[in-house]
Amino acid sequence: MSPEAVIFYVFAAITVAAAAVVVLARSLIYSAFALLFAFFGVAGLYELLGADFLAATQLLIYVGGILVLLLFGVMLTHKLYDLDLRSEVTQFLPGLFVCAGTFGLLALTAVKTRWATGPGRPPAATTADIGRLFMGSYLLPFEAASVLLLVALMGAAMIVRRKRDA
Amino acid sequence: MIGLPHYLIVSAALFSLGLLGVLTRRNAVNVLMGIELILNSANLNLVAFSRYGPGNLQGQLFAIFVVVIAAAEVAVALAIVLTMYRLRRTPNLDEADFLRG
Repeated sequence: MSPEAVIFYVFAAITVAAAAVVVLARSLIYSAFALLFAFFGVAGLYELLGADFLAATQLLIYVGGILVLLLFGVMLTHKLYDLDLRSEVTQFLPGLFVCAGTFGLLALTAVKTRWATGPGRPPAATTADIGRLFMGSYLLPFEAASVLLLVALMGAAMIVRRKRDA
Repeated sequence: MIGLPHYLIVSAALFSLGLLGVLTRRNAVNVLMGIELILNSANLNLVAFSRYGPGNLQGQLFAIFVVVIAAAEVAVALAIVLTMYRLRRTPNLDEADFLRG
């Protein structure tokens, strides 16, 4: 096996195993920490695909931001003396059927379809090009995304605010 | 030789596991984790097609926009979950039946 294949299989195994722990673990804290490894594995796959800026973004935003936010969510929605933080599972068998069917269908499509692959993008530094695209032809979506982030943060602060008379 | 289908299969596995989390978990924060897995699988698809496709950066740009929207979504969703916990003292989704007539 080539080194690329070895690295791919290692990261793919980390990602999928951690995602399985996220979904199947009994404790919410275990789920949250397995999510860290899942994000990390996906970042490794990005790096392998030549998306260096996106891999760094994944680590910064997902691991540094979203995961911490989710941990806050876990902590704030349980009583302080509630140490085990169980998360119950409902309708496991029907859900498993649906998910196995979905995976089978998607994997079959991925393998059977003759994808119209182009010349491909050889791994090269992408940060400068991404910056030029954001400030050039993608300026409007970029600004819209910034406004969306601002509105979402203000909305989140408004939603959790305690009413004065409540 | 690692090609496009390898990445698509990893992404399909991530998507299915995230779907399993969304379908079977009662805890709202855990359902959010499943949604994050689903968004990550979509991102992996976008980047893989960008790498093996036409050879430009548009897939990666889309993936960055997805990350931005995921951050906004988690902030708002956690605000809603916290408010729900304050009103009902439970993080479980099936007990959040405020709108039942």
